[in-house]
Amino acid sequence: MSSKEILSKEEIAHIAKLARLKISDAEAIEYAGQLSKALGYFEQISKVNAGAIEPLVTPSDIENLWRADEAHKELSAEELVANAPQRTGQLFTVPPVV
Amino acid sequence: MDLLQASFSEIASAVKSKKISAVETTRFFTKRIEQFDSKLNSFITLDRTAETQAAAIDARIAKGEDPGPLAGVPWGIKDMFCTKGLRTTAASKILENFVPPYDATVVARLRSSGAVVLGKLNQDEFAMGSSNETSAFGVCRNPWNTKLVPGGSSGGSAAAQAARLCAGSTGTDTGGSIRQPASFCGIVGVKPTYGRISRYGIVAYASSLDQAGPMTNTVADAALALEVMSGRDGRDGTTSTLKVPAFAKDLNSQVKGLRVGVIREYMKTEGLHPDVLKTVQKALETLRTQGAEIVEVSVPLTEYSVPVYYLIAASEASSNLARYDGVKYGYRARFESLAELDLDEFYGRTRGEGFGKEVKRRIMLGTYCLSSGYYDAYYNKAGQVRRMLRDQFREAFAKCDVILSPVTTAPAFAIGDRISDPLAMYLNDIYTVSTNLAGLPGMSVPFGMSSDNGSGSLPIGVQLTAAHFAEQTMLNVGLALELASGLKGKVADVQR
Repeated sequence: MSSKEILSKEEIAHIAKLARLKISDAEAIEYAGQLSKALGYFEQISKVNAGAIEPLVTPSDIENLWRADEAHKELSAEELVANAPQRTGQLFTVPPVV
Repeated sequence: MDLLQASFSEIASAVKSKKISAVETTRFFTKRIEQFDSKLNSFITLDRTAETQAAAIDARIAKGEDPGPLAGVPWGIKDMFCTKGLRTTAASKILENFVPPYDATVVARLRSSGAVVLGKLNQDEFAMGSSNETSAFGVCRNPWNTKLVPGGSSGGSAAAQAARLCAGSTGTDTGGSIRQPASFCGIVGVKPTYGRISRYGIVAYASSLDQAGPMTNTVADAALALEVMSGRDGRDGTTSTLKVPAFAKDLNSQVKGLRVGVIREYMKTEGLHPDVLKTVQKALETLRTQGAEIVEVSVPLTEYSVPVYYLIAASEASSNLARYDGVKYGYRARFESLAELDLDEFYGRTRGEGFGKEVKRRIMLGTYCLSSGYYDAYYNKAGQVRRMLRDQFREAFAKCDVILSPVTTAPAFAIGDRISDPLAMYLNDIYTVSTNLAGLPGMSVPFGMSSDNGSGSLPIGVQLTAAHFAEQTMLNVGLALELASGLKGKVADVQR
């Protein structure tokens, strides 16, 4: 996709759905232009010949870290629900999930 | 002791020997905040318990206890760091009422060294920005000229520190967010090696790039703060087990025999403000005069640093910000009834209303780059280029001990100048992002001032980058430059 192509309405709708973002039609038009420009800019990395090099996902050299399987007292349930937008006792009130 | 100029050690020593109380010290800074912050908007939330914290420090000293190397030193904390009981927003509407039940490890370590928390500092929303203009709590202004940006994303930290509204401040740096505002505001900003400082309790933007660091008025203060903040944390599996060096004790300005690298690809002069070029050249000359050897190094893949950075950062952000869903904390959109509500509508409206535009843009960019059909060409490919870039830096560090470069192409720009063109804003980070990609430590040291052509003279910092875990070398060169700059500890005059 070159920077001359603008992401279509359907593509923007698809991305917004994946990202669980409800955006207005005006926002969709604005973002389509800006996102297309950014993606066009990203495309230059295709010029780099990377062969079969393994992607670097973290600069940290650490691999597995082990600790004893011991329970520790951390935060209480009350502390953890204190920021709930809506609650029922110590339960978070939510729309139907299933 | 002049609290406008005093170092951390001087303050701690005076407080511990009762020459000044921690309460008086805190009051000095809270008064300055009252006096000047309406002009800057550097604080989002003030900690009303600051004097109580200080009184507790005084009480411990009265009992003969030692509160630590930062005893009584008042700090501003960037609003990306969780502070127990004190609202933490990441400058976003989606967290505007969030009160963490715990401290970030960095905050806990500052407190256990005797520091007093004054409040939470302004920033770009979720640390996404280079100007502090995306904050949901208003723009922050550069104390050197309030029509200009302080930089970002740690704009509030830089502005507050430059105006000496706090003795020390914390920032986070994912693509330059400590170094760039430090340069724009004339203060010292250090981003350590990835893994040096714990990210536990810091709102995550891009987890393989984020690092916390000190933003201070002097290199000596940065060195001490770095020591206090660093070290293995069982709660952050990416932290290094390497022993934390005695950064403060071993700080010196000896540069004789050091090899200072200049990246050939960074020294293209078109697009570089003449005052920035002059400042960098003067810094090189200063080090050469002191016995350092200047060597040219080549890191060709820096040509792709900005697109690789934004691609990876947006992808990681799209994943990290998925947790803001209105369920357990944070903003939830208003609904008549939850009982009949479609779940995607619940998420979609909450996130659509709670996040600002730049955040939504980056989430969408990242989602696209990670999505089926695009993952290989975008995210994977960027990861490959990232590994190659890191290897090129390792080769460069076989030839030099520290790299010196500009921090930005120009001094601070006007509020409103770049915000309408996201891509133009991204290009601000051209000299800083490769450091995060490679996981290297970097810092900005004030070294020059721009010529006054109507906007007043503005600070220009120079950037030092060192090999992995070689912060001491970088700090030492920083000290040498600071001593030669004539600008050491210069505080912005906010009266103008």
